[in-house]
Amino acid sequence: MAFMKILVAFILLWPFVGFLFNGLGRNYWSKKIIAYKATGYIVASFIASVIAFLHVQTYGAVTVHYFDFIHTASLTIPFDFKVDALSSLFLLVITGVGSLIHLYSTAYMQEESAPHYARYFAYLNLFIFSMLLLVLGDNYIIMFMGWEGVGLCSYLLIGYWFSNGNYNYAAKKAFIMNRIGDLGFLLAIFWLIAKLGTVSYSEVLTAESLAKLSSADITGITLLLFVGAMGKSAQIPLFTWLPDAMAGPTPVSALIHAATMVTAGIYMITRSNILFSHSETTQNIVAIIGISTALLAATIAIKQNDIKKVLAYSTVSQLGYMFLGLGVGAYSGAVFHVITHAFFKALLFLGAGSVIHAMHHEQDIRKMGGLKSKLPITHITFLIGCIAIAGVPPFSGFFSKDEILAAAFEKNKIYWVLGLVGAAMTAFYMFRLYTTTFLGKFRGSHEQEAHLHESPLAMTLPLIVLAILSAVGGAIGIPEIMGGHHWLTGQLSTIVSTPHEASLSVSTEWILMSVSVAIAAIALIIALLKYTKQTDEEPSSAIGKFFYHKWYIDEFYQKTIIEPLNEFALFLKEFIEKKVIDGAVNGTGKLVQFSARKVRLIQNGQAGYYILFMVLGIITLFLIWFNDINILRFIHTLTQS
Amino acid sequence: MLITFLLIPILTAIVLLFIKKDTLAFQTAIAASLATLALAVFASFNKVETFDMSWLPNLNSRFTLQADGLAKILILLSSISLPAILMASNKNEYKQKNIFLSLLLFTQAGLMGVFLAGDALLFYFFWELALIPVYFLCSIWGGEKRIAITFKFFIYTFLGSLFMLIGILFVNAHTVEHSFSIQAFIQANLTDGQKITAFALFFVAFAIKMPIFPLHTWQPDTYEQSPTPVTMVMSAVMVKMGLYGILRWLLPLFPVAFAAHTNVVVFLSVVGILYASFIAIRQDDIKRLIAYSSIAHIGLMNAAIFSGTGIAIQGALIQLFSHGINVLGLWIIADIVEQQTGTRSMQQMGGLAKKQPTLAILLVGFALANIAMPLTNAFVGEFLMFNGLFILNPWIAGFAGISIVLAAIYTLNMVQKVAYGEISEKINAMPAPNKAAQLVLIILLIIVFVTGVYPQPLFTLTADTLQQLIAK
Repeated sequence: MAFMKILVAFILLWPFVGFLFNGLGRNYWSKKIIAYKATGYIVASFIASVIAFLHVQTYGAVTVHYFDFIHTASLTIPFDFKVDALSSLFLLVITGVGSLIHLYSTAYMQEESAPHYARYFAYLNLFIFSMLLLVLGDNYIIMFMGWEGVGLCSYLLIGYWFSNGNYNYAAKKAFIMNRIGDLGFLLAIFWLIAKLGTVSYSEVLTAESLAKLSSADITGITLLLFVGAMGKSAQIPLFTWLPDAMAGPTPVSALIHAATMVTAGIYMITRSNILFSHSETTQNIVAIIGISTALLAATIAIKQNDIKKVLAYSTVSQLGYMFLGLGVGAYSGAVFHVITHAFFKALLFLGAGSVIHAMHHEQDIRKMGGLKSKLPITHITFLIGCIAIAGVPPFSGFFSKDEILAAAFEKNKIYWVLGLVGAAMTAFYMFRLYTTTFLGKFRGSHEQEAHLHESPLAMTLPLIVLAILSAVGGAIGIPEIMGGHHWLTGQLSTIVSTPHEASLSVSTEWILMSVSVAIAAIALIIALLKYTKQTDEEPSSAIGKFFYHKWYIDEFYQKTIIEPLNEFALFLKEFIEKKVIDGAVNGTGKLVQFSARKVRLIQNGQAGYYILFMVLGIITLFLIWFNDINILRFIHTLTQS
Repeated sequence: MLITFLLIPILTAIVLLFIKKDTLAFQTAIAASLATLALAVFASFNKVETFDMSWLPNLNSRFTLQADGLAKILILLSSISLPAILMASNKNEYKQKNIFLSLLLFTQAGLMGVFLAGDALLFYFFWELALIPVYFLCSIWGGEKRIAITFKFFIYTFLGSLFMLIGILFVNAHTVEHSFSIQAFIQANLTDGQKITAFALFFVAFAIKMPIFPLHTWQPDTYEQSPTPVTMVMSAVMVKMGLYGILRWLLPLFPVAFAAHTNVVVFLSVVGILYASFIAIRQDDIKRLIAYSSIAHIGLMNAAIFSGTGIAIQGALIQLFSHGINVLGLWIIADIVEQQTGTRSMQQMGGLAKKQPTLAILLVGFALANIAMPLTNAFVGEFLMFNGLFILNPWIAGFAGISIVLAAIYTLNMVQKVAYGEISEKINAMPAPNKAAQLVLIILLIIVFVTGVYPQPLFTLTADTLQQLIAK
């Protein structure tokens, strides 16, 4: 126990120490020290996480207690942390992928001056810390701390280049949208406390607790939790912040989209799966929102020309798949997809960063092309990422996506069909992106062409590692029909209450798999053929424009929510406050003054002083009238005491 | 020892009247305020004797000072605030600075008296006493519109006080021995109808002081026009007089009438929270923004207390302290920016993060506390208060909860306009950072995070008060 107590503290506190070190010392350290320290702390945390993971493998789950955060008569919320199969897996992903992103950043952010370089890494470390807090906590309050913490860090990092007003706006948008979700989460917590008096997992997620909750309670709580997940994991209707979040430095996008933040919603629902499994309504809503988001984002991704935007919408879309998995009860499938997605999406974003780096901050893929020969490592690793996300076997994305689709098929065939459509679009837009960027002829300026270069080792090494993981990461969940054991499902069997059991016949499963692979392959080849020769111009068709402009959802929110609320606030400020309320107050005052003037009580403008003397007079009268001598006696005793 | 909380500020205030040299006056004031702080820290961790002395025997009013957790936490807040305010605003130029400082100390004495008084008449006496120096401070050193604004402020709060005085005399007339002691007041023989009348009389005074929507319009004007150190005293400590009055007098004296008014008061408070939050979104004047933000926060505390749930009252008890620390930090930053740029309009700011990075970081820190981020002090209090509101009525909690989104909007607006973007002309003209004020801010921010991670000392401190209140 004592060992785990120290170990958990190590895992958590190293990133925090890194935050303090670089945050407080931003004016003192050289860039080299900043880079070594920031990356070193995360690597240290990763090593500790590996030990914790092995510990769980050998000895099982452990809960450690430090001190009580809140301890009142009716409510106790301890600083307890839980290392079990689920959290230890997330630990590995967060600190592992996190370390690679840190390493990559040391080179990518080289242009920044030392204080800003330090600020960047301080935020990055804090991000990892918040995420670790989120997954390690043994109750919903600690999860909420990390939950809001990652929201804050994303705010700070999206707005990292703070001189740019648009970036600030994107940062603020991310935070506020997340806060809307957070409110849902918070209300769910209150609901739990009101009914159960506790928020600890070990007490909430039990049969006895479930017995105390009515089905309306469970549906209400899970829906509110899901609202929280919508915000953090960018689902309809709270998804528009995520594509804008690419205003931050590119490695930050990798961090937000892959290792941290957006996976929080999946983690939360998987953690609470006992509750979710008891509400059919919530599960259906989760599945519908998930598949809708997957499709909506995919249609948008097809039309975008900014390399990071395509990837951003692809994240939204992939998250939709994960929620579809959660909604149909394939919890371990969703976690599986979180893990493989963390590998290939981090890879793709970092690869995009490498391209942007080489292209001198050019992000428009129409101005790229033919980068294959100039950036060989970036090219091959990016290609692996594309194959993985497109769902081509035996790359990792195939296995995780297939598991979700198989579960969807069982639950409702429509989910499966829609999922296939989404999978086809995914393969299409990813290979549109790949082809336009790396194949064909170079379309940028001569200046850019002259400067094209492969990135330094600190950047390519993470790409290579992530490419390997993207390629073979599926091994943790090879289904039984392929002769595997599905290690991951076995791992999570203690966490996931009703492990998804394949009731499909072997032949059906093979057919499903073949169909999805065939569809992905066709979409992939079409994209390859189409975009080697041409690039997309501004769309001219109505539907093309509609997708290109992201379904006008931002504009819709602007017109129907933001502007009316702003007008309403102005109305309150200018009319209700000034005219109605203050008007009434001043009116009363004037009336009194007016009548007073009539009876000639107040004769000059110094009414304030007049009133003041009145009060002084009253107090003096009080004292003298009742007992003049006692005041003297009082002063006398006072001096004697 | 409780009497020293009055003696130190009063005697120092008197001495200050004769110290014409600014530096010496400042040093004297700082020394006195630090001595009070040391005493307050000591008192917080120790049991203190009730101080009792004859005062107005003919009236049966005694000079009783007593301190439970509620009093102690406010004494502590008041004692932390004054040296912080003095240090942070020392660079500001005020004519006749010794008198300015003297009046600030008188104010502190009044506040201490309010929080310590165990006798209703004494309570009233200090209630007014705290108001008078503030009146002078605002009307002499305030902004352009000070005369009209302070007049309104004074009339408004004074009107409330008069109601309370009538209430006090009314209850007094129904006590066994015509006593003013709090125990006698609790045992007063009032019919249910009379209790409601008395409840209303007290409530008006407290409601104006806090203020509760729609009695709040004096506050933003006054905060804007007052010299900022005075705004700090009013906003960090003085508004707590209203909440204190409710916890100390209203709830123990009239528990039944209190419970009967839960719905209407909670409703008004919640409307006020959202109303003030919306208005804060549209403010360009940084002081007015903080003022409206504070109205929203105080509204939440009032709603929490009136919810009558133990958990919400616990939240409010520690939020009394936390809100003071946080709002003080924001005011100090607003004051530095105003003093150094000559403007309060946020449109003319921007780029502070480039010009004075440390101050910008501190601003972000206090902004986080203002939106009750977890691991800041405000989260603990707000979490418990919302929790209690949810137990009272989930819809009310959900409705009031919208304010956490609105708070994020207006607070981040402020951060963006002040700290981020390109450096504006006004910000660029800022002189060297005000090191003393920054040090104060750093200390306050440490309090924010320490009590945010480990709030237990605050729970322990207020445990006795909570127990008594819940027993009601």
